[in-house]
Amino acid sequence: MNIYEKFLRLDRRYIFIFVAVGVVIPLIFPMGLAVSTSPPVENVYKEIQSLPPGTPIVLSVDYDPSTEPELSPMTVAILRQCFSRKLPVILMTLHPGGPGLALDISHKIAQEMGAKEGVDYVFLGYKAGLSAVILSFGQDLRISFPADYNNVPLDRYPMMKNIKSYNDIGLVVTISGSTFPEAWIAYAHERYGEKIAAGVTAVMAADYYPYLQTGQLIGMLGGLKGAAEYEKLSGRPDRGLKGMDAQTIIHLFIVLLIILGNIAYVFVLRAQRRGAPGPSGA
Amino acid sequence: MRREIPLAICFLLGVVMTVQFFIPHAYSQWLLANMEKWLIIIAIFALLLGLLNLIKIHVQKVTRRRRDWVYSIVALSGVAASIVTGFGWGIGAESPFMKLYNYIQIPMQATMFSLLAFYIASASFRTFRARTLEATLLLIAAVIVMLGRVPLGHVVEDGLRLPAISEWILDYPNMAAKRGIMIGVGLGAISTALKIILGIERSWLGGGD
Repeated sequence: MNIYEKFLRLDRRYIFIFVAVGVVIPLIFPMGLAVSTSPPVENVYKEIQSLPPGTPIVLSVDYDPSTEPELSPMTVAILRQCFSRKLPVILMTLHPGGPGLALDISHKIAQEMGAKEGVDYVFLGYKAGLSAVILSFGQDLRISFPADYNNVPLDRYPMMKNIKSYNDIGLVVTISGSTFPEAWIAYAHERYGEKIAAGVTAVMAADYYPYLQTGQLIGMLGGLKGAAEYEKLSGRPDRGLKGMDAQTIIHLFIVLLIILGNIAYVFVLRAQRRGAPGPSGA
Repeated sequence: MRREIPLAICFLLGVVMTVQFFIPHAYSQWLLANMEKWLIIIAIFALLLGLLNLIKIHVQKVTRRRRDWVYSIVALSGVAASIVTGFGWGIGAESPFMKLYNYIQIPMQATMFSLLAFYIASASFRTFRARTLEATLLLIAAVIVMLGRVPLGHVVEDGLRLPAISEWILDYPNMAAKRGIMIGVGLGAISTALKIILGIERSWLGGGD
């Protein structure tokens, strides 16, 4: 077996070790690579910046702990921007694994930004029914959520006095690791004309470009890079920007592996066609 | 009648709610609001049904000592702990229920998903081969998008313009292909929905035809 064949049969544990080292080292020794922003992320930022103070926003935390490392940085960055712009936030989740994450994030960021529950934000909690819940917001969100997560009737909160339906909501932002944005687009945007912005995992981001092109999504954050771009735009570096160094190393490593693997493959193929041992001999 | 009644309900509600979509009258909106409440209640009971089914499957695995039955005890313990702590001490931010969630479920689930990074690196090395023209195009596009999605420094970005090329690939070829797929899926969904409403598709009834 020549060196190229040996390389093609490289034990994957060596690859695992390189990936582990590639993730850990940049986290210990940050490189601080500059992140460039893209139009889909800039559009979300500009939309929230353009809303007059006091315009309610729905922030739907539609993901579970499996995608938390990729999506929570987005949720945190958007929530910080909303609180700093004095935009009341209606936090909710349509995913059964989401309430704990939304509760934790809302408490931490509210404390950091000096926001008060009931005045600057409410957390509605989780409700099963996906399409029914989204549709119900078109008439009265109290159909699905008569009370908040703490079982306090919504009408007791000062910020909820003038909020009834999508007519009173400036923007819906859905952060999701699955197909929840499609439901928001189909039921909230198409039926009631509500503006929708989405934050999705990097793997799913490519699926939503048709919606960006038609304007059904006003903007989109894709993966940890999307969160990093948003943190750069809002001037508050956090996990998103910190994670970009590790992501850069790993992407470069994978590209290098792919290139080297294909070079080795070409040499092995040539050797097989000649029916002779490879260039380095057996 | 066991099959005819559900089929009749499905047909009636399918037609009524389709017509309701186009009627803005107050009675139509009242109907929609009440249907939404019913849907939410049914979804909650479906959630409960799923939980009971899960418990039943794992209890059977334990009592019949099927393969890996020990892990079923772990699963049942997790369910029991969540139910006991949730009902016993509530689900507030500082409750034991939330501590279980924050300190056990979040780290475990995030870790499981993070393992994908290792397997993707290994799988990419083994499967991304330029064997055909299509595979080569896929390979080149994947490399460009992967490099375009990370900050490589101004010299590389301004010189090679990888972020701009990556955005172009996502905005045009990717978008066009996804749109074609979505149109196909959408037409299929409409066809399936019509077949279900009209009683042509009956697999949802269960128990064979």
